[in-house]
Amino acid sequence: MPERRILGLDIGSRTVDAVWLASREEDAAAGNGAARYGAADASTRDVDVVVLDSTVVDSGFDPQEAAARLVARGDHDVVVATGYGRRAAADAFGALVITEIKAYALGAGHLFHDVRAILDMGGQDTKAITLTASGAVEDFEMNDRCAAGTGRFLEVMATALGLDVDGLGEAALRGGRAAQISSMCTVFAESEVIGLLHRGEARERIARGLHEAIARRTLAMLKRVGAQGPLLFAGGVARNPAMRTLIHEGYGGEVVAAQEPQLVGALGAALHGMRVGP
Amino acid sequence: MSDTAVDHHPMWEKLGIDLPAHDMLLGAIPQLYQDAYLTQEGRPQGMAYFDFVVSEIHGLRIKELVDHKAAGGIVVGTFCLYVPEELIRAVGGLNVGLCAGAEWAYDEAECYVPRNTCALIKAAMGFKLGKVCPYAESADLVIGETTCDGKKKTWELLGEMVPVYVTELPQMKRPADRTLWRGEIERLVEKLEEVSGRKLEAAALKTATREVNDKRRALQRLNACRAAHPAPISGRDALLAVQVAFYDDVPRFTQMVNKIADELEQRVADGVGVVPPEAPRVLITGTPMSIPNWKIHTIVEKAGAVVVGEEQCTGSRYYEKLVDESPETLDGMLDAIADKYLDINCACFTPNTARTYDVLRLARDLHADGVIHQSLQFCATYQTEATSVDRAVKQAGYPVLRLDTDYSDEDVGQLSTRVEAFVEMLR
Repeated sequence: MPERRILGLDIGSRTVDAVWLASREEDAAAGNGAARYGAADASTRDVDVVVLDSTVVDSGFDPQEAAARLVARGDHDVVVATGYGRRAAADAFGALVITEIKAYALGAGHLFHDVRAILDMGGQDTKAITLTASGAVEDFEMNDRCAAGTGRFLEVMATALGLDVDGLGEAALRGGRAAQISSMCTVFAESEVIGLLHRGEARERIARGLHEAIARRTLAMLKRVGAQGPLLFAGGVARNPAMRTLIHEGYGGEVVAAQEPQLVGALGAALHGMRVGP
Repeated sequence: MSDTAVDHHPMWEKLGIDLPAHDMLLGAIPQLYQDAYLTQEGRPQGMAYFDFVVSEIHGLRIKELVDHKAAGGIVVGTFCLYVPEELIRAVGGLNVGLCAGAEWAYDEAECYVPRNTCALIKAAMGFKLGKVCPYAESADLVIGETTCDGKKKTWELLGEMVPVYVTELPQMKRPADRTLWRGEIERLVEKLEEVSGRKLEAAALKTATREVNDKRRALQRLNACRAAHPAPISGRDALLAVQVAFYDDVPRFTQMVNKIADELEQRVADGVGVVPPEAPRVLITGTPMSIPNWKIHTIVEKAGAVVVGEEQCTGSRYYEKLVDESPETLDGMLDAIADKYLDINCACFTPNTARTYDVLRLARDLHADGVIHQSLQFCATYQTEATSVDRAVKQAGYPVLRLDTDYSDEDVGQLSTRVEAFVEMLR
């Protein structure tokens, strides 16, 4: 089989994530990139591939420009785009296109053979996906038009509390008893947070309350799609330790985490390119 | 209709239309229609009639209504399937569905109805308040119904601007409800006789019943062709035919739809379709899509699937059932009308399990691969009924995608992602 190199791009609202894949023959020459997913994770489902390199860059004000710079490296035969900017990438670089839902299914199934559900909490949306035993999408749900309960929501709340995003997750872990947060609307919740601060509530408790509120909403979404069996928690928010703990406690099944949760979509896009022409 | 372009501004001015606002509204339609319709390939030739009808949506048809009124007839505006068109026609009236399919003058509408009111009600108020619907401005009477709380209360407010008559539609289908509804039909006849100044005659009702049934039969023929592999007509085009049925001249419409049905039957015989045979086939169920709401169909079909049916008021609920034409007495005819209309399966009824059977039957007969349940946001009845409908459809083995949306474009990106992922699932 001739060697093929695929660039998978997940063009999201907050970051552009890229994974370069090649067929397994290159394994020996691949160098350090192959180790990115670790020996435990690198087993393949039905495509024999190796990860050559990967990166996460800020979308900035021009996500297509960020994507164009990655494409300009030129180290690929095919580009497959997913995420919010996928259509524009198809127009700009002739990328093949799949949805984030399918990309996450492919990426998750590749990393963990027995995974049956995926929770992706990204910058602008949250998705709950269930998979069949053979790894195909069985059902899915996404949040509606607003950013309630997504990464963006956490960013806004961190700012309101005078913390950065990592600091927000750490504060929540220390929070103990949670402050009650009732609104999931980004604008209303921010007012609620400011109100709590004025009443002298500790930042850690507010942070805890915010995480618990999002976790409840997210677990309900998983329940609605009938998620059962091993769950992969992916997307940028999966890096948040407080959210990982809450999802783990509330799910009632095994929760696995990718080493690089932000790259699952880009990996899935690249895998799609391995499976289909040109 | 002739196809010479005529300036309709003097006519609209006489009707009391807000001309600058109306020009803006009509200015938006061609681009919308271009994107949703004229970019399609392999459309049936007969759809040229509908292209023309849409281009004259507030023009030549309004001229016909104005002429009809000048000759002594009446125009009756409606918003719902539960208003029998047969009765209106039989007293020399023309039935028109009123504009309620686009976001218009919401700022003014929200002075009357809450912001969290469904798009259809809000649009109906907006079009009236903004004075941009020449159908509403031509209407001698608007007939409302008690299908939901939002509409019921809105009629009271709309009644301050235009004569509104409300029929009480029962919300259950027991014998006592049938009795109430039969009485409501009787009272509606009295109201129509009063407004038109004409007595309802058996002969006229018989003719009207046959004409409206003929319209339904033509739509049945057209829609039956969509069961074929590959589908010979897009969902968008089939939806447009039903949307236009609500306000077009009945015999002309029937003739034009029968012509399209001839063409489609030939296509089916020749194995000709508008999509490749492997395109996933989708049945849509849920709330109505009033013209020019082509949002979901366009997203679904641009994602590579084809819509093969609509279990909606702008779909099978409109044309599937006929009024029994056998009664010879006026009483018998009114019985038949009462029975037919009470037999429509709207989510305003409880229980409404018959709708679930309709969805399952259509999914099977039209060879659907998946079902999309779409509902206007804040439509409590359909959004709640989605739970039991979706469950039954999934149990029958069809993937289901549930979409709650409105007329705005702000969620098109997110809806497209979900619909594309659904279509990927069906492939």
